[in-house]
Amino acid sequence: MANFYTDNPDLRHHLEHPMMRKIVELKERNFSDADKFDYAPLNFEDAMDNYQRVLEIVGEICGTTIAENAESVDHDGPTVADGRVTYAPGTQVNLDLCRKAGLMGMAMPRRFGGLNFPITPYIMAADIVSRADTGFENLWGLQDCAETLYEFGNDDQRSRFIPRVCEGETMSMDLTEPDAGSDLQSVMLKATQKEDGSWVLNGVKRFITNGDSDIHLVLARSEEGTTDGRGLSMFIYDKRNGGVNVRRIENKMGIKGSPTCELVYKNAPAELVGDTRMGLIKYVMALMNGARLGIAAQSVGVSEIAYREALAYAKDRRQFGKAIIEFPAVSEMLAVMKAKLDASRSLLYECARYVDLYKVLEDIARERPLTADERKELKNYKKLADALTPMAKGLSSEYCNQNAYDCIQIHGGSGFMKDYACERIYRDARITSIYEGTTQLQVVAAIRHVLTATYRTLIDGYAATEVRPELQAVKDTLANMAEAYYAAAADVSAANNQEYTDLMARRLVEMAGFTVMGYLLLLDAQRNESFTKSLHVYVNLAQAEITKHADFIARVKPEQLDYYKA
Amino acid sequence: MSLNIIVLAKQVPDTRNVGKDAMKEDGTINRAALPAIFNPEDLNALEQALRIKEANPGTTVTILTMGLPRAAEVIREAIFRGADSGIVLTDRVLGGADTLATSYSLAQAVKKFGNYDLILGGRQAIDGDTAQVGPQIAEKLGIPQVTYAEEIVDMANGHITVKRRLEHGVETVKAPLPCVVTVNGSAAECRPRNAKRVMKYKYAVSPSEKAKLSEEMQAFVEARPYLNLQEWGAAFVEADPEQIGLPGSPTKVKQIENVVFTAKESLRLENNDEQIEALVKDLIANHTIG
Repeated sequence: MANFYTDNPDLRHHLEHPMMRKIVELKERNFSDADKFDYAPLNFEDAMDNYQRVLEIVGEICGTTIAENAESVDHDGPTVADGRVTYAPGTQVNLDLCRKAGLMGMAMPRRFGGLNFPITPYIMAADIVSRADTGFENLWGLQDCAETLYEFGNDDQRSRFIPRVCEGETMSMDLTEPDAGSDLQSVMLKATQKEDGSWVLNGVKRFITNGDSDIHLVLARSEEGTTDGRGLSMFIYDKRNGGVNVRRIENKMGIKGSPTCELVYKNAPAELVGDTRMGLIKYVMALMNGARLGIAAQSVGVSEIAYREALAYAKDRRQFGKAIIEFPAVSEMLAVMKAKLDASRSLLYECARYVDLYKVLEDIARERPLTADERKELKNYKKLADALTPMAKGLSSEYCNQNAYDCIQIHGGSGFMKDYACERIYRDARITSIYEGTTQLQVVAAIRHVLTATYRTLIDGYAATEVRPELQAVKDTLANMAEAYYAAAADVSAANNQEYTDLMARRLVEMAGFTVMGYLLLLDAQRNESFTKSLHVYVNLAQAEITKHADFIARVKPEQLDYYKA
Repeated sequence: MSLNIIVLAKQVPDTRNVGKDAMKEDGTINRAALPAIFNPEDLNALEQALRIKEANPGTTVTILTMGLPRAAEVIREAIFRGADSGIVLTDRVLGGADTLATSYSLAQAVKKFGNYDLILGGRQAIDGDTAQVGPQIAEKLGIPQVTYAEEIVDMANGHITVKRRLEHGVETVKAPLPCVVTVNGSAAECRPRNAKRVMKYKYAVSPSEKAKLSEEMQAFVEARPYLNLQEWGAAFVEADPEQIGLPGSPTKVKQIENVVFTAKESLRLENNDEQIEALVKDLIANHTIG
């Protein structure tokens, strides 16, 4: 029986990153919960042991039942009748298992029934779940809506809703509408306050993942007459109250087990979260950042399964008298797949750690005023998390699509048939670079960190680390890549032309991302020799890509902008 | 209705993943080469116990296992999944027991435990595959037994209703409590370990394990009664020395043979319905199937 945690030593490597000590000590407030909760850790080692053990449970459930159910779930899909969604039978089994294993509300505080896990091990669970069934990761991963409820809800809302999530009730984030996709400022769902102060919602939402969930977070227009983001507020809709029906579910290309719903709100009672008008500009931004990290994890899980399926097939399939993995054309593809997988996973956990650090400091600030040093730290970590989140989401989702493509390519004609898992992986991968903001929108969020040198500060930090002599040459290459990136960023900046910057933004963000991931793999290899191969393969690839981008930016000047207009 | 349920569990070598070094030269199991696991059908039995516990608040589920001191591992595993506590029946003099001596020893432990309503166990263990221990315990305790259970359908008025999975179908029977029920592998799979329970009970130890801990951890365990598993010996369960271990085991291994299956005959069929029908008739006639 496979265990998707223990069969993958790379996960443990990332879990045991040196920065975890600080994260855990802050998260556990010096282990003060140990006297109050019988499942709270006594010290850092005990906490790490807890994460390992819980990830082993996740790995076991995923490696057996959830992975085994993936094919039937993809085939059966959910159904809708009388406004209610019924999950595929396999999905129901999966959810039941996760509930019994206590894997809901993992990152929530213990006082609400959660496990109080930092984001890093929680995201690792998402990485593992996605490898088993990418669509199921959505349903399970929507538990991180509880994070937004925790951050912006009042105490009464926290204590009414969060324990229900920890008990296994599901959530959804109802944002998108027919005319408000990437542009959420256009949301029209109407929130009306009644005379007694309570709110009701009316209107339609579309493309809502798990739209028949128990507890919804809803973005709605509370300010009549407004048309922009400042007229939007966030609400909680509790399914127990009724008022929202599922009109239809989409017939999708992939993640077919995850119901994507069109919702009709008819005087649905709802309660306001936080302040009016802050719905989009503050709360949804926070919600989306969490969700983007989740999609980055989902993407890494897809890369993992794509690589494993391709590797297994290449070892097994014989042509011309030998296994096809013996042919350089195939083995190179596999080496590159693994390098992209490793690079995106390193970026994922680097990002998760900074998210952990700033969130835990924010949480401490709810209990006591932070010291001046802590406030400075918080600001810095938040900036790094803001910079790395769109980078991780954007690049790891693109990589998982590339890996899924190559996985089919290695399977040859068989990969085009429905007989192998790779065709499902290929379909499942496709959404990752679209939802929670397309790659193009991740670039919009990331480009300011190119221009304000957030990435440069990070890269300089990595470059200051001493490495073993045998890694020095690759470190020098990375330094050259960084220089090429800085030079290209300076050139684009110097042109002082917004349209030109927009045109080159993706290239610049990729140059930053390739350099960051290269350095992260260098640090991984410094800590653990098993990453050496991926480091070399990745840096060879990334260097060539950076040269290509630098060349393009050097040759294509603002004068050519018109050629790129429709 | 709250009940006291005992689940019999055995730590067994994982014979499902047998490598080439699984057997020693002398034909005995090379236990070092095989990971020790929770006997699979005992997990099915545990699931039935936990379902009864869920439906009947106040019910307790106690694991009873006989084996080496390290069999405490199966108790922790069961507690992680929802059992309340456990007893390791372990003693040098219990070693080398066949099914007769094992069932006697376990029956003595059950008597010592006293006030029980139901004993559940797996149909058989994957190391010996005898399916004898459960029924023998029932006989020794003088209570009814229901074997091959697939589902406990009902539990009311001092009776248990059980669906049995038999070779040719299913049978639903009713038995008075207390009784022994042995559960089939076709019954519901056991629920997973629960994250909070794992974190709460991971330091649960038997006395012999506790003795090996640091003083600090010993104090930690002592301050938390739920972390203390029980360990019973032969004398404690008042076992007759003549009926336990090697002296109590009439089964003697005379000889062990390695059998390698080789094909003796083969039959080639054309791909048509007539020939396949003829084959099926032959197989029914010589009782290979049906």
